[in-house]
Amino acid sequence: MATSLLSTNRFRFLFALTAIIWALMQAGIVYWFGYDLTISAVDGGVSAALLALACILTSNIFRFYQPKESRYLYIAAPGIILAAIFTWAGNYALKNIFSDDAGYAVFLNGSIPIRFCFAFLVFAWMALLSVLWYTQQEQQENEQRKSDAEKLAKEAELYNLRQQLQPHFLFNSLNSITALIGSRPEEARKMIHQLSDFLRGTINKDQQPVSLADELDHLQLYLDIEKVRFGHRLETRVEANDTCRSLMLPPMLLQPIVENAIKFGLYDTTGAVIILVTAECIDNELCIHIQNPFDSETTRPKHGTGFGLSGVKRRLYLLFARTDLLQTAADNHIFTTTVKIPQT
Amino acid sequence: MRAVLIDDEPLARSVVREYLLPWVDIEVVAECNDGFEGVKAIMQHQPDLIILDIQMPKINGFEMLELLDQKPDVIFATAFDEYALKAFEAHAIDYLLKPFTRDRFDKAIKKWMDQQHSSITKQNTKKLIDDVLQTSQNDRVVVKTGTKITIIPVEDILYLKADDDYVSIYTKDASYLKNKTMAFFEQTLRADQFVRVHRSYILRIQEITRIDPYEKDSHLAILKSGAKIPVSKTGYSKLRQVLGL
Repeated sequence: MATSLLSTNRFRFLFALTAIIWALMQAGIVYWFGYDLTISAVDGGVSAALLALACILTSNIFRFYQPKESRYLYIAAPGIILAAIFTWAGNYALKNIFSDDAGYAVFLNGSIPIRFCFAFLVFAWMALLSVLWYTQQEQQENEQRKSDAEKLAKEAELYNLRQQLQPHFLFNSLNSITALIGSRPEEARKMIHQLSDFLRGTINKDQQPVSLADELDHLQLYLDIEKVRFGHRLETRVEANDTCRSLMLPPMLLQPIVENAIKFGLYDTTGAVIILVTAECIDNELCIHIQNPFDSETTRPKHGTGFGLSGVKRRLYLLFARTDLLQTAADNHIFTTTVKIPQT
Repeated sequence: MRAVLIDDEPLARSVVREYLLPWVDIEVVAECNDGFEGVKAIMQHQPDLIILDIQMPKINGFEMLELLDQKPDVIFATAFDEYALKAFEAHAIDYLLKPFTRDRFDKAIKKWMDQQHSSITKQNTKKLIDDVLQTSQNDRVVVKTGTKITIIPVEDILYLKADDDYVSIYTKDASYLKNKTMAFFEQTLRADQFVRVHRSYILRIQEITRIDPYEKDSHLAILKSGAKIPVSKTGYSKLRQVLGL
């Protein structure tokens, strides 16, 4: 429900002030026509009080009913009805208060059209003001709701993007453990611990930025598991100096890129694969390069992102509202993915 | 009986080797890291059975099988491949989901022994491969010339020509023979890039420089490479449709 026009103190004060000024002015006009102070003051006071009451009523009508566009009659109609009631009630009250003054009664009757017209103008004005106010209120609420919904959707999407753990990776790792249990139980146990730590890391993380050092620790778990599976072909190198290691980045951002690089490297070539991860700081941005070999004879890396990096790109866009933070380049036999994280 | 294990993870192969120990009749004659080694080993050893992973470097398990003229019996072993699993189910092919138990493995071996070299299984496997390769929007074609395996990116293909039981694939620098039908390629290649303009020809639309009339009811398409490709009457109307003429 929209907040009432008269719910804020500032408006209440203005409203009361207007009513008082109106009472004073009307009293002044009646006095001008030659009536004594008592009559003038009561006439002004009663009229202003009734007017104020009717205005509050008008405002509340439009609080619950907002006419559709171009239905101005619905704005005017309550004004006419209220003005009629107001005129009659004022006339009735004042006549009763000063029932022994015949001259004033004639004056009252004579001023009915003027009182009616002024009342109508005031109510119509009040109605218009109310409609504008409540329309604006509704719009604000809509926008709020929209931005709330967008925020929720964004959070859900980010959550999903982070959770994109490849089942292929998980089941193959379990299969490796099965193999190790028979021949090398100690290594099997170690791999179970690495896998557990890695999974815990992917599940527990919230959206809070982490330091590169933490992210690289987590990444190392992943790399170690992959090395158990592909140790005969896979070599990984991570290079980052201490300054870079303290910079912040969204959690679980690097793992899908490295996973992509490993998959790309392992499945596109048959020889040894070196995955190189290097970090540097340029112009208040943390810049991380991930490199993998590929076979330029048979594979044409697509321009832009491609290769399953769209999730990462989308996530960076949601977080930083920029589309240029993830870039890829193919050079000779090396495919480089570069991700930039603005530092705030 | 001889078996070949093909999987890019040594540990995965070692599980299979361990599970095969009690099966004294089955001898593992080769272990392969990828499809290239697989093709070589299969041609060399002519095994009765291969145990095959699907996701492997360069060419996957299906592409490797497709290259073999004499296909051995196969037990597929995969960790997770939603798409392949559906295909297995559709063609009633047995498969192992990693990690699998010894019981499950023994069951698969027993089943294989019961229907060893059965023609129905072989046919099903063939259908499965065609099905998988046809529907999985492939961006490459794998061919074998003698023992040499070449991966042709689809974007390098200029046109294809029917050659008896084979299809010749023409690229800028070379041509390759592939043991497949024209219908297979007509299905596989993207319809907005390739058109079958003749019973014996499929060509890349972008390669056409001009189309000349030729004899009655037929045309000739001149390609950028200079090649002249006959266009039949129905081929011409198909071409006009694609080009929006």
